[in-house]
Amino acid sequence: MSESTLFGKVWSGHVVAPESESTPAVLYVDLHLVHEVTSPQAFEVLRERGLRVRRPDRTVATMDHSTPTTPRPARGPRVVADQDAKAQIDRLERNCREQGIRLYALGDDHQGIVHVIAPELGLTRPGMTITCGDSHTSTHGAFGALAFGIGTSEVGHVLATQCLLQRRPRTMRATIDGKPPRGVTAKDVVLALIAKIGTAGGARHVIEYAGSTIRAMSMEERMTVCNMTIEGGARAGMVAPDDTTFEWLAKCPEAPQGPSWERSLSRWRDLRTDDDASFDREVSLDASQLSPMITFGTDPSTAIPIGSPVPEANGDTTRARALAYMGVEAGKPLLGHRVDVVFVGSCTNARLSDLRQAATVMRGRHVAPGVRMLVVAGSQQVKHRAEAEGLDRVFLEAGAEWREPGCSMCIAMNGDRLDAGQYAVSTSNRNFEGRQGPGGRTFLASPLTAAAAAVTGRVTDVRELID
Amino acid sequence: MEPIRTIRSRFVLLPIDDADTDQIIPARFLKTTSRAGLGAHLFADRRGPDFPLDRPEARGAHVLVAGRNFGCGSSREHAPWALFDAGFRAIIALGIADIFRANAIKNGIVPVVVDEPFHARLTASPGAEVVIDLDKLAVFIEDGGPSAAFSLDPFSRHCLMAGVDELGLLLAQVDSIAAYEKQVEASP
Repeated sequence: MSESTLFGKVWSGHVVAPESESTPAVLYVDLHLVHEVTSPQAFEVLRERGLRVRRPDRTVATMDHSTPTTPRPARGPRVVADQDAKAQIDRLERNCREQGIRLYALGDDHQGIVHVIAPELGLTRPGMTITCGDSHTSTHGAFGALAFGIGTSEVGHVLATQCLLQRRPRTMRATIDGKPPRGVTAKDVVLALIAKIGTAGGARHVIEYAGSTIRAMSMEERMTVCNMTIEGGARAGMVAPDDTTFEWLAKCPEAPQGPSWERSLSRWRDLRTDDDASFDREVSLDASQLSPMITFGTDPSTAIPIGSPVPEANGDTTRARALAYMGVEAGKPLLGHRVDVVFVGSCTNARLSDLRQAATVMRGRHVAPGVRMLVVAGSQQVKHRAEAEGLDRVFLEAGAEWREPGCSMCIAMNGDRLDAGQYAVSTSNRNFEGRQGPGGRTFLASPLTAAAAAVTGRVTDVRELID
Repeated sequence: MEPIRTIRSRFVLLPIDDADTDQIIPARFLKTTSRAGLGAHLFADRRGPDFPLDRPEARGAHVLVAGRNFGCGSSREHAPWALFDAGFRAIIALGIADIFRANAIKNGIVPVVVDEPFHARLTASPGAEVVIDLDKLAVFIEDGGPSAAFSLDPFSRHCLMAGVDELGLLLAQVDSIAAYEKQVEASP
């Protein structure tokens, strides 16, 4: 069968054994990313069954989820105080050593959030299949890869066989056109899309992002969009590779070189959806009509334009519970709402351009009294580059914390967390109850809107602070 | 994995949509290298006398009934591990998120998506027993009216009913995998 969609072309090139009525396809995985939290039980299964990792050369590990982000000691190794986290980190080191897997450990110059480091190393490439035991693996789809999160059993399957049993998903195209107005970022665009389709709107689908807005986006912006795909219920989001993609890859240390680069490039240029292709579902969004977005509830689809009133629950018990948990009043905008903590970080918004955006607001301003601001670069490389252009000074002089890379307060496993009742404006991806700490309350927003909240101590329309 | 043909049990009703995996098991309980004992942390931040799982009638129930999009959020398999460890063998919901669904099936938890009328009948039947029949792909309330059909792809159903381990099936494909690698890695 001839494939007409980007997804179909990538999928069909990785089918080891086709699916039938009674069995799923055997799908080959080109790159398997591993971290400390969802892998130990998978390595244990291999050990119990006497199996080796089939392709350690296609497997790359880092530590990010439970690792501390406290500043490094002036000398000597980093100390992980949390004994449970330390046990996980030690286990990952041992598993990687025993199985010959490349590991970017704490202290390594390329350590960082798994979905930040693979693209910056050039491990993530167009047309690949990529899996990781993490739902935000969808991030890598920004390069035209088919990338999706898997559970720990499947981590074991990929370690042992480099394959997964998968049913072919359906296809959805999200066409986003128009130039986003001032103050509207990739984060606002994707929050608006999720508000439109709902938290399960993309279930059982792979989303291809298309349209002039997507084409005009940088790779970092496309990663933000693809990252949030899972919050709309789809496991994978993809963007067809183009010159923006190739320019990014050309600068990556692990990208193909010489004749191999030329061959790759000609193959990558074919990775696009044909003009006459059809999708199982189509949605569209006009980015030129958007405002900065912020969430009021406890799922990412509760995003509203920042000046709009919080909608009424209208008898929806889940919504009513969310409003009560958040302690926000329906009928009024969130503007002016108290903020205790601002978090700039996560696999969604902790790349260099995100830090630059936050810094444009922070420069010459100060974090409001009583507010704590954490800035957590996505990787050591992002941190170095930010420091090279003086962004660390901007944040530190404004009274923010400049921390070591990791998932940090996005998932609140490592001690970086909200106290019960606190309000955060966060550039991360989930505002679920307790996600950033038991009883903590999260407003999701862009790095611009987060920085605006930090300097005012209130939910603020960033357009009032920038030119 | 134990083969499952029929589940007959009282059920716990969790009347919320979007019960995400951070609610099912908060991330701070993921700092473990084992899969054992996670049931103790199931819905850890929601527990208390008013929470459905803590009411006396929930004791011994093997079926959890929830609203839309159950298990959305992270890919953590700790969610089905915690549910299984706490005795749950099936989730009946108006919708189940994709990654959770895949993880559940691999751990002997049956995902049952029902329509609103059947869900309403369940909601109106606290304390009743529900029967999930994998052979007939039907679910009904004991003494509670006609059964409802549910869908499960043939492979998932086979895995649950035969207690099949997917890793074994993949390992049986090792020759095809090697042939695929040889072919792909030989091309320029």
